[in-house]
Amino acid sequence: MSTRRSLWEYANPRKFMGLSGAILPWVAVSGGVLLVIGLIWGFFFTPADYRQGATVKIIYLHVPSALMAINAWFMMLVASLIWLIRRHHVSALAAKAAAPVGVAMTIIALVTGAIWGQPMWGTWWVWDPRLTSFLILFLFYLGYIALWSAIENDDTAADLASILCIVGSVFAMLSRYAVNFWNQGLHQGASLSLDKEENVADIFYHPLLVSMVAFGLIFLALVLLRTRTEIRARQLRAYLARERMQ
Amino acid sequence: MIALLVRDMRLAVRAGGGFGLGLAFFLIVCILVPFSVGPQSQLLASIAPGVLWLGALLACLLSLDRVFALDFEDGSLDLLASAPLPMEGVVSMKALTHWLTTGLPLVVAAPALGILLSLPTQGFMWLFLSLLLGTPALSVIGTFGAALTVGLKRGGLLLSILVLPLYVPTLIFGAELARRGAAGMDTQTPLLMLAGITFATIALLPIASSAVIRINLR
Amino acid sequence: MAMHVENLAVSRGGILILEGIDFQLSAGQALVLRGPNGSGKTTLLRTLAGLQPIADGKITYDIDSVAYAAHSDGLKQMLTVRENLEFWSSVFGTGNIDEAVEAFFLGPLLTRMAGALSAGQKRRLGLARLLVTGRPIWVLDEPTVSLDVEAVARFGETIKTHLQSGGSALIATHIDLGIPADILDVTPFKAKRPSLPQLDGAFQ
Repeated sequence: MSTRRSLWEYANPRKFMGLSGAILPWVAVSGGVLLVIGLIWGFFFTPADYRQGATVKIIYLHVPSALMAINAWFMMLVASLIWLIRRHHVSALAAKAAAPVGVAMTIIALVTGAIWGQPMWGTWWVWDPRLTSFLILFLFYLGYIALWSAIENDDTAADLASILCIVGSVFAMLSRYAVNFWNQGLHQGASLSLDKEENVADIFYHPLLVSMVAFGLIFLALVLLRTRTEIRARQLRAYLARERMQ
Repeated sequence: MIALLVRDMRLAVRAGGGFGLGLAFFLIVCILVPFSVGPQSQLLASIAPGVLWLGALLACLLSLDRVFALDFEDGSLDLLASAPLPMEGVVSMKALTHWLTTGLPLVVAAPALGILLSLPTQGFMWLFLSLLLGTPALSVIGTFGAALTVGLKRGGLLLSILVLPLYVPTLIFGAELARRGAAGMDTQTPLLMLAGITFATIALLPIASSAVIRINLR
Repeated sequence: MAMHVENLAVSRGGILILEGIDFQLSAGQALVLRGPNGSGKTTLLRTLAGLQPIADGKITYDIDSVAYAAHSDGLKQMLTVRENLEFWSSVFGTGNIDEAVEAFFLGPLLTRMAGALSAGQKRRLGLARLLVTGRPIWVLDEPTVSLDVEAVARFGETIKTHLQSGGSALIATHIDLGIPADILDVTPFKAKRPSLPQLDGAFQ
């Protein structure tokens, strides 16, 4: 037995099941608690914006979900690369598991954005670059999920979906650039960045940070849970295949 | 590889090859547009570049499921995979055949349809140029989608769902180039971007397509 | 040595079908694969043709020396017999179809559309492709389907000629081709059930 421990050990399905089973409740509970704290703090203990009024408070849902919508795709990209290079089954299944969560995050971001935009811009939807990019991201998620569900053989589906994810990432970046060029847009600048002067004030920033961490933890919990389900489903199929052999 | 191109072109133009169907579809879509939005030439002129681009894109999409399906069904694809041809070359030739049989006729026919849609005079050259530059990218990207769905029984709808998001950048820059040209605006950025996308996809995407075909054959 | 197979395992759809296959195929030798339907002959042949990844073990050979012929011949209905053959001859860079036309008596059919041929004639055209490739190792999956007795005998002769000129053949077939061939029954190589702990770790 090797004494040098490596992160790749957790790519072994059995090790992954053990570790994820142990941390899942903690991640889920702390994510839930932080979300409640962040939202209550943001909704009831911050002042209304002098221009945007109470509408601004939807930021505590909008920004974290938008962030996770993009991070979910990024996680899928990394997991796809790991699958293609190192052939760890857990990695492919984690990418598969993250996609529907990413879709949910994208829908939350789009819907909260529309609700925010209606009083601010006087319309539910404008073809603004940011909004459009999220709509396109949504389409990429749909294609990825559709491909996974269309192919019966697990390894073939994992290979094809991974390649689609990589190619799709390049085209998603291109689309982002293209829509920026295509329409300059109404959307306000990024709410958070490290080097800009017009960041949101600290008083909004702290509860926002809490709810962003909460969304991150909830995302992690959902992905872990779904990956565990995928692993069990796959093991079940392997057992059934074994039963069919004499 | 030239032999493959010659064979596929021959098959396309012989009976049952489906040559010209995409063109007919393009024609019908463009004729239907005035029926749906009204006959005012002002309105038609302003939407003409976009309509022509969208029509060309859909016509390309419709013929994609044939790119590999026939060769897959009759076993040719297996035999090509064990032949001394690089798979990247095979998929590139397939994309080229698709462009020659679907994209190129659209490019040639588009200016004629521009007349029907009251396209301003200075727009014809830009429309032609944008389609000439953009349709090869549509064929190459479409071939990648066709490769992904090659083994599937009812892959047609899935193929559209996979390929359409990938078409977004090409459509934006292509239609923007035609629109700006027609409006007499600066065309440099969309022209360079469209050319960049087309050449980059031609150079790189066949690698992904051939990997996908090999996965689907095993 | 044309082909050397050691401890080969093949899988289909992620499930192990055959394992522990060992055999050698030398120049001038024919090897006939036997086994009931579904025993994995096709999967084995596809693996040897390089169309499927090797699940385990080793095959020592030049992959570019294999010509593969399967159930479907890859014929284009709307091309003539000549065009079909010439396409494959230029793909394989041999450029000569006369020998193949003669061996399979396709001369009178050259200008006919492949779609207008009978099943047996199509099969002959599909097999003629093998000669056009100019490759020494033939990997054949049920080559005699829909051939009549006379055509089978003639095909046997073609294989004999191929063997005498230093080629070799690996054939999955149920009928006697009338050629001197060794027989490899794949039934004993049927994959065993994986043990449960093994299943737990990976998924295979």
